[in-house]
Amino acid sequence: MSELSGGAEASRRSGAAPARPGGGAPTPARRRIGLIVNPLAGIGGRVGLKGSDGAETVARAFALGAVPMAGARAAETLRALAGAAAGTANGTAADARRGHSAAIELATYPGEMGADVAREAGFDPVVLGSIEAGATTGADTRRAAEALHAWGAELLVFAGGDGTARDVFAAVGGSVPVVGIPAGVKIHSGVFAVNPRRAAELVAEFLAGRAGLEDREVMDIDEELFRAGTVAARLFGYMRMPYARALVQGAKAGNPGGPSTLRDVAFGVLDEIDRDPGAYWILGPGTTVKAVADELGIEKTLLGVDLLHRGRLVAADVNESQLLAFLARKPESVRARLVVTVIGGQGYLFGRGNQQLSPAVIRAIGKAGLVVAATLDKLHALGGPLLVDTGDAECDAYLSGHIKVITGEADRVIWRVTA
Amino acid sequence: MTHIDEQAAEADRYLEYQAIDTGYRAVRWHEKTLYEQSRPGSTNAILPPVEPGIVALVGDVAAALPAAARRARPPEMPELSEPEILRHYIRCSQMTYGYDSGNSMGLGTCTMKYSPRINEQLAASPKVKALHPLQPEETIQGILEIMYGMRNWLCELGGMDEVTFQPRGGGHGAFTDACMIRAYHHARGDDHRDEIITCAVSHPCNPATASAAGFKVISLYPDEITGELGIDALKAAISDRTAGIMMTAPYDTGVFDSQIAEYARLVHEAGGVVSLDQANFNGVMTRMRAGDLGADMVHFNLHKTFSTPHGSYGPGAGAVAVKKAFRDFLPVPVVEFDGTKYRLNSDLPHTIGKVGTFMGMVPNVVKAYAWVLSMGADGLREASEWAVINNNYLIKKLLEVRGVEISWPNRRKLQEARFSLAKLHDETGVSTTDFNYRLADFGVQTYFESHVPRIVDEPVTPEPTESISKEDVDQFVAAFHHISAEAYSNAEIVKTAPHRSIVHREIHDYENLTQVPFTWRVWKRTHPDG
Repeated sequence: MSELSGGAEASRRSGAAPARPGGGAPTPARRRIGLIVNPLAGIGGRVGLKGSDGAETVARAFALGAVPMAGARAAETLRALAGAAAGTANGTAADARRGHSAAIELATYPGEMGADVAREAGFDPVVLGSIEAGATTGADTRRAAEALHAWGAELLVFAGGDGTARDVFAAVGGSVPVVGIPAGVKIHSGVFAVNPRRAAELVAEFLAGRAGLEDREVMDIDEELFRAGTVAARLFGYMRMPYARALVQGAKAGNPGGPSTLRDVAFGVLDEIDRDPGAYWILGPGTTVKAVADELGIEKTLLGVDLLHRGRLVAADVNESQLLAFLARKPESVRARLVVTVIGGQGYLFGRGNQQLSPAVIRAIGKAGLVVAATLDKLHALGGPLLVDTGDAECDAYLSGHIKVITGEADRVIWRVTA
Repeated sequence: MTHIDEQAAEADRYLEYQAIDTGYRAVRWHEKTLYEQSRPGSTNAILPPVEPGIVALVGDVAAALPAAARRARPPEMPELSEPEILRHYIRCSQMTYGYDSGNSMGLGTCTMKYSPRINEQLAASPKVKALHPLQPEETIQGILEIMYGMRNWLCELGGMDEVTFQPRGGGHGAFTDACMIRAYHHARGDDHRDEIITCAVSHPCNPATASAAGFKVISLYPDEITGELGIDALKAAISDRTAGIMMTAPYDTGVFDSQIAEYARLVHEAGGVVSLDQANFNGVMTRMRAGDLGADMVHFNLHKTFSTPHGSYGPGAGAVAVKKAFRDFLPVPVVEFDGTKYRLNSDLPHTIGKVGTFMGMVPNVVKAYAWVLSMGADGLREASEWAVINNNYLIKKLLEVRGVEISWPNRRKLQEARFSLAKLHDETGVSTTDFNYRLADFGVQTYFESHVPRIVDEPVTPEPTESISKEDVDQFVAAFHHISAEAYSNAEIVKTAPHRSIVHREIHDYENLTQVPFTWRVWKRTHPDG
């Protein structure tokens, strides 16, 4: 019964929301979900091409006998979602067999970009735009994301990999929450559910108003280098993704103020800074570390490495050589401390998205100078150790073992680190 | 709808009924609150007039009360006849599930063992019931003897030197420990020690009470293979800021950490205090003593291990036992015996003061003492063995159920174990909460899923205890087989359960707790139209 009341309540709330971009449309009685399938995502994987970016790679993949998988992955999510939606709206087994798309208004792009699988799963989707069947590209993904955002989608569900996530991000930035259905070869970004079924659960939790939203990394690696054996992941930005709050509900029960977790972590880091006020504080990339700068009233670059001293920004967006030069110049008596966070979903501490923090920089600061900060949700979602891949086996071994992670103003955890 | 359609729908309903039927149906009354049933003017008691003798002495009785003690208007009490009230509470009790009405082994970490009725009778005797907590010591020598006797048992079982019965429950016991650790460092001028180490498989009251006492909390996570914390992880947590470690033994997962003595040594070496939470003592009674492993303090729950009843926020009773060095920090009073007389000593130099009123939850101490005396030391040892054997039988049987796995499968478990339905969830979409709701349709207690943080996906944590029969375990396992089969064949039945219980799903709206009407006054305010 709680699902019924929760769902109805949530939809009333959304009905009362201000006019959506794209306007004109009457207040929707149903919840608006956008769907994008990148039909070519992942086809390079099974045939060993380590990615599917670029028309040439796609052609090679097909030549090697690749079969598109993204549609099937999306269909799995939609089928699960249809059941969950019916359960949400009605709550009995008999109701579940009737009109399963009742609670959701789904919009998508034509054919293999979503309309086919949506219909197959029993939805009657609104179909926007047009495509050239069999020859879709990243530009189609970007156009679809823009169109669905304009249509008023509350949530974008997309099936693909890192490349697809980048395209969605390029089109809509952080303006609409997303749930990625993992269908690509490369999944370095944090915006993907663990599997298609979990993706459906996240959407259902979001619709029922039970999910929280958090910033997740959009990352991608250079496929050419990857094929040559080198991983060089770049952080492109952040999109918001729902997360299942139920998993940590008890821990949060004493904190009914809502999503203040990042701020809580920031306060924990500030406590460390207060204990070592004379040190030079190097702030790594990411929203978690940015939250620290926000509390200090400092304009920090989101994706860059910044340098603080006595509460003031000394240098912004510094690269490795600038950092090393600075560390070499600073007085021996003044310590250098480094605040870093963890890449969500992946668990990388060093070597992904923060290559400025090279082995030489890490050695110059030392393990004792490290301050690692992350929300407990992020750590729990990893389900495994933190990872380091600095490209220097000796440095990786030096960092391995156990490390203290700040998870709140008065909370720390000890987490394992492996190469 | 045509006749044929109606027949088809009827057949559909019948088949659905067949599918969800378990042969059990909870009693469900459409029972309104007494406030809603109230009929102004009806009554259940007519008070006699004030006796003439009293009137002659006092005059107007109401006028004799100070003005501040007199109500301006009568209280808003429901007005009903005596049989109506009796029926109401009988019906409520019929809609209540508890140890005395059925199989409660699902509630792990609660140690739902039988509370022998004879001990209830002892505690209800006028010799206990009619006592006043402010009576002079010489008139309560019998009760003090009982408390001192129970103190001696707990000192022996914990390898400790002194006991307080002030805490009203396990969390309260942990809080008492945290306060004593704080006072201990303060007395030594070590106020900079502001970090308590604990772990994710300890009871959540360990970090929570440390935090409530003003400490920062460092949590360790169990190793994926061994289920233990490991020396390296502990070393990463220890520093000159370490005030102590507060950890549970055995863990919430049923794993007993083999390195506790070494952890205690390291924490002591760093100047910290070692507090062991043995709320779940049932699997290790007489087999291990906290003091022997290096603990400075340990708390027990009389309402779990020592058979006194609990649940529904009933009167719990925590007991904290400490080593000599911490005796002076205990809450007051403590019971002492000089060889001839018992006395209450409230004069401990570093006492943290009171954490509860008077001497503690005395009736529970009486029941627990009666229980340990009836069991004897050998009986306690046997009870522990049975609890562990029952649990290991359950593990063997439950792992035969499709989709059920166990955490740390290579480790032996003591009195309980944390199972996982993650496989079943991945394959069917049925979550542990769905599964649990369906269990309510079988007339057995729903199970405890897990404490937080939930490091085992889709968790299940039952605890059979020594008072459960093989038939009880088999009944529980049979229900699991049934529900698992449903999950794999007709998941909707499970996802929409319960179908045969008193209520449908609970409301878990933690964000809006302030909107939940816990009292009649709040209900009226939040429901102006009734």
